[in-house]
Amino acid sequence: MDAATLASLLWEGLLQTLYMTLIATLVAYLIGLPIGVSLIVTGPNGIRPAGVYNKVMGFIVNIVRSVPFLILMIALMPYIRKLIGTGIGTSATTAALIVAAAPFVARMVEQSLLEVDPGVIEAAQAMGASNMQIVTKVLLLEARPSLLNGAAVAGITILGYSAMAGSIGGGGLGDIAIRYGLYRFQPTIMWITVIVLIVLVQVMQEIGIKVAAKLDNRIN
Amino acid sequence: MSEHIISLQGVTKEFDTKGGKVVALKDINLDIEAGDSYGIIGLSGAGKSTLVRTINLLEQPTEGKVLFDGENLMALKNKDLNLKRRKISMIFQQFNLLMQRDAIGNICFPLELAGVPKEEAIKKAQELLKVVDLEDRAHSYPAQLSGGQKQRVAIARALASNPEVILCDEATSALDPKTTKAILSLLKKINEERGITLVVITHEMDVIKQLCKKVAVIENGEIVESGKVAEIFAHPKTQAARKLFFPDGENKELEGSSKTSTKHRLRVVYDGRSAYDPTIANMIMELKAPVNILYANMEVVGDEQKGQMVICLADNKEMAEKQKKYLADHGVEFTEIEAEEEE
Repeated sequence: MDAATLASLLWEGLLQTLYMTLIATLVAYLIGLPIGVSLIVTGPNGIRPAGVYNKVMGFIVNIVRSVPFLILMIALMPYIRKLIGTGIGTSATTAALIVAAAPFVARMVEQSLLEVDPGVIEAAQAMGASNMQIVTKVLLLEARPSLLNGAAVAGITILGYSAMAGSIGGGGLGDIAIRYGLYRFQPTIMWITVIVLIVLVQVMQEIGIKVAAKLDNRIN
Repeated sequence: MSEHIISLQGVTKEFDTKGGKVVALKDINLDIEAGDSYGIIGLSGAGKSTLVRTINLLEQPTEGKVLFDGENLMALKNKDLNLKRRKISMIFQQFNLLMQRDAIGNICFPLELAGVPKEEAIKKAQELLKVVDLEDRAHSYPAQLSGGQKQRVAIARALASNPEVILCDEATSALDPKTTKAILSLLKKINEERGITLVVITHEMDVIKQLCKKVAVIENGEIVESGKVAEIFAHPKTQAARKLFFPDGENKELEGSSKTSTKHRLRVVYDGRSAYDPTIANMIMELKAPVNILYANMEVVGDEQKGQMVICLADNKEMAEKQKKYLADHGVEFTEIEAEEEE
């Protein structure tokens, strides 16, 4: 394979990986963030405890999280095929990533919000803040740095999942690594994709840390 | 409208814990008049923090009524309760400021909750920063402020909603003595100049002495004594009140000399403007029996200057009676200190 073909192959893989990771992370947050918030709000020390909801939702989240991603993706294949017409490729992988990542995101969000000082929440309650105001103006804003760090970790995890999806024809860099590195025994290509993945992870982590620190007013 | 801005009636609070029911408050009855600065003092675990949280219903009482301006807060819907809470501000031991907002952002917060337009809120916040003497720190974040400055921001925030009452939950307990003094005089000024009622929760008698006109002593979830600070200082009726008012004037001395006679101890409280020392000196000369002065000091209590002295009378019971009679005849107010029960 000449350099130009290789470059375009890798470029396409990179774009697919970025596309899958980005879309999956975004949608996983759209689903996981409200779930994470609801777990905190309805928890035993939450601002509106609701034991049954909390237990049921916590249970669902744990179940999805305990299924390894590869197995989850295979299990979901028929349903995804029904839904979007195909069981392989980037779109199918993205759909599976969302299902796998949303509960993970929910737990990350829950952890971040747990760090918010209960005293500050109490102060807001004493000022007559509604529960909605406490969520939007206290919980989410006070936990912002931790949420952003969490988002970087979630993005990296989803990136890793997307590479795994390559083993079953999921598209992206993982797919290239397995097809060329494993099936065609071209370790150079595999190593190149590994290096690209490492760089991607580093960049995401750095951006997460930098942005979180920049937006954290506790330290400066 | 009622003359009492806050009235707790038969308030009881029980907590369900793993070890069973814990009664945190027992049948609390408390009336606070508008404009008062009312102290609630007790040792840790006495229930004072729970008590102050029943006033704005951060803690729901198990039984009883909480009236604010004559209105039963417990009968209100959440939405209406939130409106009332804007009239009852609160400051905390740990300040509880929003760490991600600067000083002015924190002060604007209650206004934002109430839907006040942003420009108006900022203008008001700037005025309040002046009140608490922090104009130059408007854009500092809590992490950049000292404890005293943080509490000033918290006080400005508490004032933002034009409250009728400010609840102070151990507001100075995390501050050093000098800062404590400054914060207390700021609160006192707010009480006097703006007529805002203060409810002051503390375990420190100095806070009560400097800031409050009235006080309730709470022990094991019950109010054991309440009234004007100066009166309770002069004539504490309960052991709990004595313990709090004279942590070292009485009990330490008792401990230290428990082997000698502990029966003939008197606590003499006198108006600071007159001096009773000659009376005691005269008594010693006249009765020819010594009196041991164990402790004496002078301080301002609820705006009145009070002196107190702990004296040990003669060992001889007859002589001690004579001495007591002498003091009584000369118009000296005293209370006998009973030996503390062995624990």
